[in-house]
Amino acid sequence: MLTSLSITSLYVLDQDQALDFYVGTLGFEVQTDQQFGPMRFLTVALPSDPGHAVLLELPAPPSVSPEIAGQVRDLVTKGAGGGHLFFTTDDAHKTHAALKEKGVELPEEPVVQPYGIDFGFRDPFGNSVRIAQMTPPPSA
Amino acid sequence: MSRASEDSNRRMLRARDAMDRAYAEPLDVPTLARLAHVSPAHFSRTFTATFGEPPHRYLQRRRVERAMFLLRSSDRSVTEICMSVGFSSLGTFSRVFADIVGEPPSVYRRRGPLAPVPSCFGMRWLRPSGETARSEKPGDPARS
Repeated sequence: MLTSLSITSLYVLDQDQALDFYVGTLGFEVQTDQQFGPMRFLTVALPSDPGHAVLLELPAPPSVSPEIAGQVRDLVTKGAGGGHLFFTTDDAHKTHAALKEKGVELPEEPVVQPYGIDFGFRDPFGNSVRIAQMTPPPSA
Repeated sequence: MSRASEDSNRRMLRARDAMDRAYAEPLDVPTLARLAHVSPAHFSRTFTATFGEPPHRYLQRRRVERAMFLLRSSDRSVTEICMSVGFSSLGTFSRVFADIVGEPPSVYRRRGPLAPVPSCFGMRWLRPSGETARSEKPGDPARS
């Protein structure tokens, strides 16, 4: 049966800008960057978690019509493009401070939740990103 | 879709995120418009065009959603919850809550505790639609 989730796709509005953010700011590494016909097949993964890649995909023809590409761009910038990434970290406060240092627009401070300490923000396009320092289960 | 409208969407989203986050604060249109870097008149009009409802209505639904959450996940009194989500009058809170949810806060509370899901997910999906209270029984025809 299924063994793991290997690639998940995220709509971004500019692949170079996405690289700046996901690689330059969040610490991903480029896994694949190749031209596939008219489409740039671009995947990134965290160095500590190479088995889970994110495909940074452009909504554009010929994959979708120019009209649909426009609708997707509209939805992404309204925060409804379907992109939600949830990461874990070993230290939410430290990660928050490091991202702030890098100039990320962080609308909230880390908050204690039943499952951990977390905070959320958005990528440059409108996709939501959440980072949590998970609370270990009581048995751990 | 032009780049200008995408930029406008992101500005409106920034203000909407502020409502999701700082719902308990007295957020008025001038404050939100400043966050979106537009004039107050432009803000209300553009927000409504972008998200399909006026900013005030969005904020009310967020506050009611937070109240719904607290009613089912804490033992705090209805009055205390009303104040903590940004309403200043219990009467207004009860009326708005019942309008949006379809039943008063105390009745809603009897539905019992919620499943532990990430708060961002809860905030997205528990926000009342403002039309009718939703049934939580799978397969119930009233579910929409």
